[in-house]
Amino acid sequence: MSDHGEHGTHTEHIVPISTYLLVFLALMIGTGVTTWVAYIDLGKWNTVVALVIAFCKMILVVLFFMHVKYATGLTRVIIIAGFFWLGIMITLSCSDELTRTWEIVPQGWLGNGSMILPLLSRLF
Amino acid sequence: MSELAHGAHPQGFAHQFEDIEQQRDAGRLGMWTFLVTEILFFGGMFTSYIIYRLLHLPSFVQGSHQLIVKFGATNTAVLIFSSLTMALAIRSAQTGKKKGTIIFWLILTMILGAAFIAIKLRFEWYRDWTEGLIPGVHWFYNGPHAPGVKMFMCFYFFMTGLHAIHMVVGLGILTVLVIMTARDKFSSEYYSPLEISGLYWHFVDIVWIFLFPLLYLIGGRY
Repeated sequence: MSDHGEHGTHTEHIVPISTYLLVFLALMIGTGVTTWVAYIDLGKWNTVVALVIAFCKMILVVLFFMHVKYATGLTRVIIIAGFFWLGIMITLSCSDELTRTWEIVPQGWLGNGSMILPLLSRLF
Repeated sequence: MSELAHGAHPQGFAHQFEDIEQQRDAGRLGMWTFLVTEILFFGGMFTSYIIYRLLHLPSFVQGSHQLIVKFGATNTAVLIFSSLTMALAIRSAQTGKKKGTIIFWLILTMILGAAFIAIKLRFEWYRDWTEGLIPGVHWFYNGPHAPGVKMFMCFYFFMTGLHAIHMVVGLGILTVLVIMTARDKFSSEYYSPLEISGLYWHFVDIVWIFLFPLLYLIGGRY
């Protein structure tokens, strides 16, 4: 968190150009790697790798380009809340969608255990 | 407040704030609150994308293979580069560079943003038109999984379309910023409009960072 105790004298944190260039380089490499990995057969891991790289790129942009590394705690709470709500939306919608099949295949209740895992595996 | 203290405040300072730093923090917080609504706005589309992909994965793979990876990857690079130039524009303002420098970076950002839209229109959407891949408008696809591919292309056009609209809005904002910079509205003390517009621009970049693998690279290209 930044030190906001004193008035007026505090100057803004100015990110060095070298940091911006490094982040830019990392983002470009990330883009290259995502594209390259798509041409290699990793099975269902292709999607996982692509999403992990995208997530890392997002973190880099948010922390450095969007200056959240130097932001106040309040701003961070707002951002985390935003992603938390996005998580709620995706999780609850999926938990509904993934369990609906039980109605169509009633033996899923009794027979071969959970339907959720096979359904989850269809994600990738 | 005395006239003397008033005179000491930098240009652009609004009097409800204690100091310019508090004003900057308030601006950032407000912009992030707006961006949270944007996260959920795009999030609705991403959620429905996840669910339909879950239900119709083979169709989505087939649909994804209708898109051309090299243009998606090029546009990702163009957009990341524009984020860098935007960050450098804000940095120029923070460090009190001449307004010509700020305008240079802003215009470079606009050129890259326009290049993104141009590539999208000329090499992707125009091609989709000639190939008959636009559901409801110009649809001639009759390969495997035709109904599912149609749904995928709907997702593709709505998601990239919404993103492109955000890009166009961003270009409008950048135009205003160039004019404001030319009229000496900003200083190393007051640059909030530049900074929060930058937040918007980077946000639109992040959306594309996710759209690229989710739309172009489903199921691999091997």
